[in-house]
Amino acid sequence: MPFKRFVEVGRVALVNYGKDYGRLVVIVDIIDQNRALIDAPDMERSQMNLKRLSLTDIKIDIKRVPKKKDLIAAMEAADVKNKWEKSSWGRKLIVRKRRASLNDFDRFKIMLAKIKRAGAVRTELAKLKKTAA
Amino acid sequence: MAAKQRTKRVTRNPDLIRGIGKYSKSQMYHKRGIWALKAKNGGAFPHHDPKPKPEAPAVKAPKFYPADDVKKPLLNKHKPRPTKLRASITPGTVLILLAGRFKGKRVVFLKQLPSGLLLVTGPYKINGVPLRRVNQSYVIGTSTKVDVSAVNVDKFDDKYFSKEAQKKKKKGEGEFFEAEKEEKNALPQEKKDDQKTVDSSLITAIEGVPELKAYLGARFSLKSGMKPHELLF
Repeated sequence: MPFKRFVEVGRVALVNYGKDYGRLVVIVDIIDQNRALIDAPDMERSQMNLKRLSLTDIKIDIKRVPKKKDLIAAMEAADVKNKWEKSSWGRKLIVRKRRASLNDFDRFKIMLAKIKRAGAVRTELAKLKKTAA
Repeated sequence: MAAKQRTKRVTRNPDLIRGIGKYSKSQMYHKRGIWALKAKNGGAFPHHDPKPKPEAPAVKAPKFYPADDVKKPLLNKHKPRPTKLRASITPGTVLILLAGRFKGKRVVFLKQLPSGLLLVTGPYKINGVPLRRVNQSYVIGTSTKVDVSAVNVDKFDDKYFSKEAQKKKKKGEGEFFEAEKEEKNALPQEKKDDQKTVDSSLITAIEGVPELKAYLGARFSLKSGMKPHELLF
């Protein structure tokens, strides 16, 4: 199977270890076999080991080491934020974050909602079974 | 110390370095104007005789002196104060009780009593927890709040909850067994009425929030996969 996501200038990646865990960054330059220069609109440009990055499908069109406002403009043009939030990986992360921030009361309300939904599904299923039989 | 309105003491002798002032002793004498005070008083610094002290009663020599020096205990000026209340616990917070008869019950916090214990109520109609005292250490404070502004809890303090002093009973064999049966104390009507007044305004506030009543009626328990150190309460 060929590789599909490459480490290249413009590749959007997710930091998966360290202080910036969970942040979306763009690779703006490659330092050597193990390290890349990364940048994001709300952080200082810095180097990071490629082992700390998980590559995503998203790629933006930038030159090597663009200025901050060029980077931001390119990210807007490629609509990185929306693409990420619509992607299934991005959606899973959002759900995980929401679940982690739940209150005890929220968890109770969710339990009631789940029971209600399961009840509705079961009555529909029973109806369908009855007509099929 | 008497709370007199005093102007802050200003030194006329600034420090060059800590411990060394700019002006010498004689220069300071002149700056403070001691010469002027002396001149006003006719050559000597004004001196007031001490007020005559009332005569202390004559103390008899003690009969007994201890052989070795007796140590005096150190002075302790600590005043007792109620335990520091966690910032997450404010009046109206829903608490989860962790121990005792009502463990797992979700309960409304009313106020902290002078002993440091927390005054808490179910409300009784919702989950069977009456007005009760609870220790802060055996409680999880959730971030859910109920509106308790309509509730008046001023009359409750630690004396309200104290046990009644047991009358001394003479131990007679036959009487002993009868006494055991009569031990069951019924709650005085006054306490039942207090419970009702506190709960009535609380319950109207609770019913205003959807599903809060069922929430307070249910017990908390850890299910599979729940990690307490990762849960947000």
